[in-house]
This record gives sequence, C-alpha cells and structure tokens, in this order.
Amino acid sequence: MNIFVCIKQVPDTETKVTPNSDGTYIETSSIKWIMNPYDEYAVEQALLHKAANTGSTITVVRVGAVKDTEVLRTALAMGVDEAILVDAPDNLDSYQTAKAIKGAIEKSGKTADLILTGKQAIDDDCLQVPQLLAQLMELPSISVVVGFEGTGSDLTLRREVEGGAIEVYKTSGPCVVACNKGLNSPRYASLPGIMKAKKKPLAIHSLTDIGVNQDDVRVKYSNFVLPPEKPAGKKFEAMEEGQQAAVVAEVVGLLRTEAKVL
Amino acid sequence: MMNFEYTIEQKEIREMAMKFARNEMMTVATEFDLSGEFPKSLFEKAWSHGLINTCIPEEYGGVGFSAVDSVIISECLSYGCMGMNSSIMSNDLALLPIVIGGTHEQKEKFLRPFTESYKIASFCLTEPGNGSDAAGIKTTIKKDGDDFIVNGEKMWITNAGFADLFILYGTSDPSLKHKGITTIIIDPKTEGIVIGKSEKKMGHRCSDTRGITFNNVRVPKENIIGKVGDGWAIAMKTLDHSRPLVAASALGGAQCALDHSVNYAKERVQFNTAIANHQAIQFMISNMVIKVEASRLLVTKAAWLLDKGESNTKVASSAKAFAADACMEICTDAVQIYGGYGYSVEYPVEKLMRDAKLIQIYEGTSQIQRIVIAKEIFSRS
Ligand SMILES: Cc1cc2nc3c(=O)[nH]c(=O)nc-3n(C[C@H](O)[C@H](O)[C@H](O)COP(=O)(O)OP(=O)(O)OC[C@H]3O[C@@H](n4cnc5c(N)ncnc54)[C@H](O)[C@@H]3O)c2cc1C
Repeated sequence: MNIFVCIKQVPDTETKVTPNSDGTYIETSSIKWIMNPYDEYAVEQALLHKAANTGSTITVVRVGAVKDTEVLRTALAMGVDEAILVDAPDNLDSYQTAKAIKGAIEKSGKTADLILTGKQAIDDDCLQVPQLLAQLMELPSISVVVGFEGTGSDLTLRREVEGGAIEVYKTSGPCVVACNKGLNSPRYASLPGIMKAKKKPLAIHSLTDIGVNQDDVRVKYSNFVLPPEKPAGKKFEAMEEGQQAAVVAEVVGLLRTEAKVL
Repeated sequence: MMNFEYTIEQKEIREMAMKFARNEMMTVATEFDLSGEFPKSLFEKAWSHGLINTCIPEEYGGVGFSAVDSVIISECLSYGCMGMNSSIMSNDLALLPIVIGGTHEQKEKFLRPFTESYKIASFCLTEPGNGSDAAGIKTTIKKDGDDFIVNGEKMWITNAGFADLFILYGTSDPSLKHKGITTIIIDPKTEGIVIGKSEKKMGHRCSDTRGITFNNVRVPKENIIGKVGDGWAIAMKTLDHSRPLVAASALGGAQCALDHSVNYAKERVQFNTAIANHQAIQFMISNMVIKVEASRLLVTKAAWLLDKGESNTKVASSAKAFAADACMEICTDAVQIYGGYGYSVEYPVEKLMRDAKLIQIYEGTSQIQRIVIAKEIFSRS
C-alpha cells in the first residue's frame, strides 16, 4: 500500500523567535529546525505499518522553504522510502498547504491508501491542515489519534476526546489520520539510515508545478510582534514577627487594584 | 576553496549522535559512575543505531564512515559520558589492526560478526612493566607446529571482563624490541587465559579495566595479523587512526564541561549579579572556548588527513596531546566556576574532572605524544 506522511519543519522549541523586518513572519535566517514533534509520531506509525504490511512504500511530503531539507532527510534516515518537497514560503496558510500536499500526492502518480500527519504543528498551532487535506481529497479524517491497529486500510483508531475519554473508529479505506503524542515512541534516525538516505529519491516541485497560485491565498499575515515583556515581580519582606498581617493586607490590595485578579 | 563545513550527512550524524548522548547517556552517566556497573544494554542500544565499530568498512558489514565521520561520533558520545565512550572506542582500537593489516578472510571472520550483533573487543598492549615503552613488551608469542603459544601478562585492558575478542601484541624475542613484535587475534575463552579483577578507578568507572594473564595459550597461525614481526608497523598505523578518535573524546568532554559552565555562570548569582557578569569568570570561559575550538580543528584535521590518505602522525599526536591537556584544564576550570557545588557529586563537573585525567594518560601519555611529535620533526629533517 502507498502510505503518505505529511511533515512540517518547525523551529526548535528552544529557539528565541523574533519577527522579520516587514512583520509578515518570524526571522528564519538563524533558526535551528526540527521535525514537528507530532509528525514524528506519524512517521513512526508509517514505519510500523509498513513493517506489518509488506510491499508498502512510504512517501513523506513537506511544504516549505527549500533551503533546509534536513527534516525530510531525517525521515528518510528513519526508514521512509521517498520524499517530496514543495518549495514554498514557510508561512504558507493552511489552505494553500493542504492544496499543495494534495497536488504533490497526485503528481507522485500514486494513489494514497493512508495519509498520516501530526495533529498540529507546534509553531503556528493552526490545527487545520489534516482536515482541509481530507476535505480536498474527499477522504474521511480522524484526529488526535492515540491508538492505531489493523492491517492495510482496515484500521481501528482510538482518539482522545475531552475529559480523557476515548472514541474508537473503524476505517475500511483510505483516510487521513492525524497523530497525537503517546501513539508510539519515534525511533532515532540510525547512522546506517543517514548514510543510505542520500541515495533515496527526493523530488522537488514549485507551488505552480502543482497548481497552487495566488487565488488560493486565504490568510494574509501582518504585524508579527513579540508579546509585551512581563513587568518584574514584586517582593514583600515579612520575615519579622508581627509584619505578616500588614504585608498580607498590602498584597491583597495590590492583587485587587494593580493586578486586577481578585 | 578551503572549506570548514561539514557535509549534510556529517551534520546529521552529529545531530543523531548528540541526541543519543543527551537522551540515553547523560541521563544515566552519574548512576553508572557511582555503581561502576558496565552499561552493556546501553551499549547494545548504541550499537543498534550504528554508533559502535565505526572503523569497520562497508564491505564487511560496516556503515562505511570516513575518519572525519568517526571523530564526530566519538566527540558526541564522549559528550554523553567519557567513561562509556572509552569502552565504545576500545572496540575500534582493537578492530583497527584487523582493518589495517588483516587479510580478506580475517576481516570476514573477525569483523563481520561485530556488525551482526553487539560484540566487545579489547586491545591488549600494555603490561605491568611496560606502558609508554611499548616496544619493550615481554609477552611472548612462540611458534609451536601450526600454532602459536602466548605467555605473559597484560595490564589496564579496557573491556577485558566482557570481551569476545582480544587483539594482543607480543614478541618472539624481547631483545629484538620493535622488530620482534607480532599482532595476534585471540579468543578470550581459550584455555590458559586468566582475567583479573576489575580495577577500581578515579574516573571512567563504568568502563571495565583489568589485567589478563596468558599461560601457554594456544592460538592458530591464521590468527596472526600480517607476518610475524609486523606488529610494530601495524601498531603505529593503528595509532594514526585511533589517536584522532581519542583526541575527539577529549574534545567531547571539554565541550560538555564548557556548556555546563556557561549555563551555570548565567544562573549563579553572587554580589547581586550572575557570576557570568564577573570578568574573571568570562575570561575563564573564553579560554575554554579557545581551547575547544582549537581542539576541534586539530582533531578534524588529523582525521581529514587520514581520509586523504596522507601521513597524519604529527597532527594526530598534536591533536591527542592538545585536546587531552585542554580537556583536563577545561574540566578543572569548570569545577572552579561551580565553586563548592562543583566539588559535589550532585553536580556533573567533578566527574568530568576525574574522567578528563585518563585521556592525558592512555593511548600514549601527553609526554609520549610530544616525543612522537619531536621525532617527526627531528628525524625527518
Ligand atoms: C583506565 C585505563 C584504561 C586503559 N586501557 C588500555 C587498553 O585498553 N589497552 C592497553 O593496551 N592499554 C590500556 N591502558 C594503558 C595505558 O595506555 C598506559 O597506562 C599508558 O600508556 C601509560 O603507561 P604506564 O601506565 O605504564 O605509565 P608509564 O609509562 O610508567 O609512565 C609514567 C610517567 O612517565 C612518563 N614517561 C614515560 N616515559 C617517558 C619518556 N620517555 N619521556 C618523558 N616522560 C616519560 C609518562 O608520560 C608518565 O607521565 C589503560 C590505562 C588506563 C589507566
């Protein structure tokens, strides 16, 4: 079966982000990129499913700036067979991204039997691409998946809903599955895998190659600014006997008038 | 144009090896240091990710790393734990003589099994009476029909208690010095081998180190590497490959001490300001950075020369001496920056200081490296 995995390259969680000069995105020149952590679960699930369904191939698709292909190479080194990169600005909106992924899958000439994604990207936290992609491809979708069993396209999927309850779904055909933390434990890219990755196919398309254009823009980004700095905290001395009552009164007063939380 | 940039694969190798060092090694390094237990299952895991036996060529089942790739891996794993990396590197030190001097049959027979499951090798050169003066070894390898008989005592042998294979240097006649030395592969289970108790050490405490006694140990002649008397030449070539690896392990320890120091200096407040704002601390850290950067250049150059097929003896010894001495200085300063906390086992730097010391001693002491460098200068001009 043909398994597709959508992966996004996101700034390392320890990166200090700053807005770019025209405020349309963040400054990307000195960012350390990582694979979106939720996508790691998707890649791992694809690898597990491939191991259980012989003859399967896994293709990863990434939409983003071409200069850094690290994340695709990491997926190849983990054991994925092929990679597709759609060269696009890193701040593409969710609709364009979903359309680009659909275009890339179609251009590969393969019909997708299973599409795995992360449930959200940790940079913009939009949580939209899996559902938009499913809609565009006219496939069912299921998100926040924490359990995955079955063979081929006959799957039993468990998804987390609010309050810790679990919904169980059965599928019997191609679908989009958006993975959550806890689904599996993603493997390391092994060193033999890294050395073999360079021999695996990596196709690069432009947005126009796959039919995404200006008419598809749904979101215009502007005014990226850093959140205001938190003012310094206040410290109250109340070590001496008899001071406490007065200090407590003062603190409660300030919580009312200044912090306005009481 | 001159180029200092790693290849894409090398960046990925570094990333992966650092991830392993951080997640799998650093998290348990203190625990194993305190217990002195040999972390075998951790090594198995490292092996399964391709991090061990970097010297085995692709045609015998290895990954096919260049020397530069290998020093990157050694640096990263040593960042995770210098002691664990000693046991990891020991495999390369022991297998390199086979890679360098072995026949095709020997490589198939002895190297390939190391790529099929996790196996451990020991490099047996040092003796109780001969360390730096390696050509003075007294363990004998004497011909007896189709076999050779080994007699003698080895000392300070890393991994000895767990080894699946020994590489031993012995002599057909101690009075022949360099010319009498032969390299031989020995199965540790052979009759007549007595493996000593595990040495209690200052650092690298989870790395197993023992003496070994060989009493009339019979070894088939197919296990001789090269010819009888080729041992010294093989040892010298092996050192050209292994010294960059050991130098890289010093670099990894130094980088780790530097990173800890920078973080601690930013957090620790004295005189109402982070100690990082005191110039004396800044200068100590700047000196660490200078030494780490210079070590990395030397280590990389020593490996790069190997990959180009050029002689690297002078640079490899320079790298080993410089990086080992730098690591010791940096780890000592790291303890200084941590102050009293640095002296406590609750913090990571006292272990780094204990571990650093060994790298100035094994694989040729810092003094011996300088002798090698001087020989390269004065005997070649
Ligand atoms: C934990 C540990 C693990 C080891 N693992 C291995 C292993 O796996 N396999 C193996 O074969 N060996 C191993 N060794 C041995 C190590 O390589 C030797 O200890 C080292 O080569 C030094 O030899 P030595 O201890 O006999 O010191 P010595 O040679 O006695 O040296 C003592 C001092 O004299 C100095 N010195 C000696 N000769 C000269 C000279 N000509 N000029 C100036 N100074 C000189 C030395 O630099 C040193 O400072 C290990 C050692 C340790 C401690």
